[in-house]
Amino acid sequence: MSEFLYVYRGGNRAGLSPDQMQQVMQKWVAWMQGLAEKGHLKDRGHPLEAAGKLVNGRSKSVTDGPYAEKDLIGGYSLIEARDLAQATELSKGCPILERDGSVEVRPIMQM
Amino acid sequence: MDSAPRSPLGRGSGDDPARRESLEHLFRHESGRMTAALTRVFGVHNLPLAEDVVQDALCRALEVWKLRGMPENPAAWLMTTAKNRAVDVLRRERRARSFAPELERLLESEWTFTPTIEEAFGPYAIRDDELRMMFSCVDPRLAEESQVALILNILCGFSVGEIGNAFLSSAAAIEKRITRGKSVLSTSQRLFELSASEDFRARLAAIQRALYLLFNEGYHGSCAETVVRVELCREAMRLATLLCEHALAAIPSTRALLALMCLHAARLPTRVDESGSLNLLTDQDRSQWNAELIARGQTLLEQSATGEELSEYHVEAAIAWCHATAPSAQETDWRQIVSHYDTLMSIRPSPVIALNRAIAVAQHEGPEHGLAALRELPDRERLARYPFYPIALGEFELQCGRRAAAREHFTAALPLARNAAEQRFIEQRIDACADRVR
Repeated sequence: MSEFLYVYRGGNRAGLSPDQMQQVMQKWVAWMQGLAEKGHLKDRGHPLEAAGKLVNGRSKSVTDGPYAEKDLIGGYSLIEARDLAQATELSKGCPILERDGSVEVRPIMQM
Repeated sequence: MDSAPRSPLGRGSGDDPARRESLEHLFRHESGRMTAALTRVFGVHNLPLAEDVVQDALCRALEVWKLRGMPENPAAWLMTTAKNRAVDVLRRERRARSFAPELERLLESEWTFTPTIEEAFGPYAIRDDELRMMFSCVDPRLAEESQVALILNILCGFSVGEIGNAFLSSAAAIEKRITRGKSVLSTSQRLFELSASEDFRARLAAIQRALYLLFNEGYHGSCAETVVRVELCREAMRLATLLCEHALAAIPSTRALLALMCLHAARLPTRVDESGSLNLLTDQDRSQWNAELIARGQTLLEQSATGEELSEYHVEAAIAWCHATAPSAQETDWRQIVSHYDTLMSIRPSPVIALNRAIAVAQHEGPEHGLAALRELPDRERLARYPFYPIALGEFELQCGRRAAAREHFTAALPLARNAAEQRFIEQRIDACADRVR
């Protein structure tokens, strides 16, 4: 088994009613539970606050987040899968894809 | 509020029926509770601010729970999040903005700030706040339909689009109604005070009426989608239950109202058949009626039989009770039902009640008498758009064996159908006329 990082980006939630927000949340919970039950979930990871700082270059210039919403990293998880193909396949169940978001699947380098 | 059973993070939530029940529409229901609690602290004039904080809390819950799983007590998690945001807002803006006038001084001093906040977000305070918000929503300056829309939006957490869906209105029309409603509410700074005043009694009657309309919309209403309709009935019952749990609001007519809802809701599963067509009372499978709701309705009806006031809800509940406890349509006490309708006509005369009375007369004394009662109906012209008037005429003619006349009445009812279920029902009745000719 190899390890992969899922990076969740974007995902529009504008104009959702409370009931619809709950449905989105429950889809995520069900998806995560499915990954966990099949032994693919190494670490649930964490959601990230939208606001932050960007420290840049030799001058160590500091700028404020947030960034454009579609590029915003909302969170990450750590996945175990046979190979990149399987990790990619598994990511297709992520509910963020239904709301114009993306999942970046990155293999973690082996020592 | 703290009674949710223990279960590990994000797991097992689907296994326990009690927990599943409490989680259904959690966001929607908690949105109403949080809005009420925050509005009490911020003041009604800051309702939009309260709504922003609620939106923020729901977004946080969505972001955190989707990765980390749901916490043990999601409702408490949400309320704590809203409370913490409220504290930030109050500290940051207390010089720039005026908040709830009755709390202003308590929130100025650090000595009283924290205890005041803790008290305001305690379970008892929140329950009162929900009720007070309900009373605020039935402002006498607003039309009934606006009051219902406000209750659905603020206390039940339905979006403008969802309300429009349920009432077959455009979202723009509902939006206008709600915006205007909120601007009327915001002219008073504090939530309505629950005290034994004349205004309280008048508003309680308005709430009863609003919840009655809400329930009716779900039960008979224009929206074809069963799920939405059941949802409206459930919300009306949830809010009526809240009223019944408050000493001042639980007057006999409130209990009678909830009794009426329980007794009708018991029959909800059989009102529409698998194909989505309406099922006549006489054709419903009575073994499918919800015995628990009938028992609850009966208890409430017994409890409501005190005091001097005989409200329309008492009488309607009594009629519903006759139906709910009769073993079959034939064995129903139609004489009693006719007499209840007579009482109802004396309390609140309306052509729809007269129509229902005529149907009971037909069951009791035969279709010719039913037809006679229909022809004598007062204010008949007010039923011009109501499909069940020609349907009843057709039904009685059919029972008298006059199929051509029956068919004519059913055909006249067809363009009046308000949804697909009613339309299918009328088409079936037209077919029934043909069937018997052959």
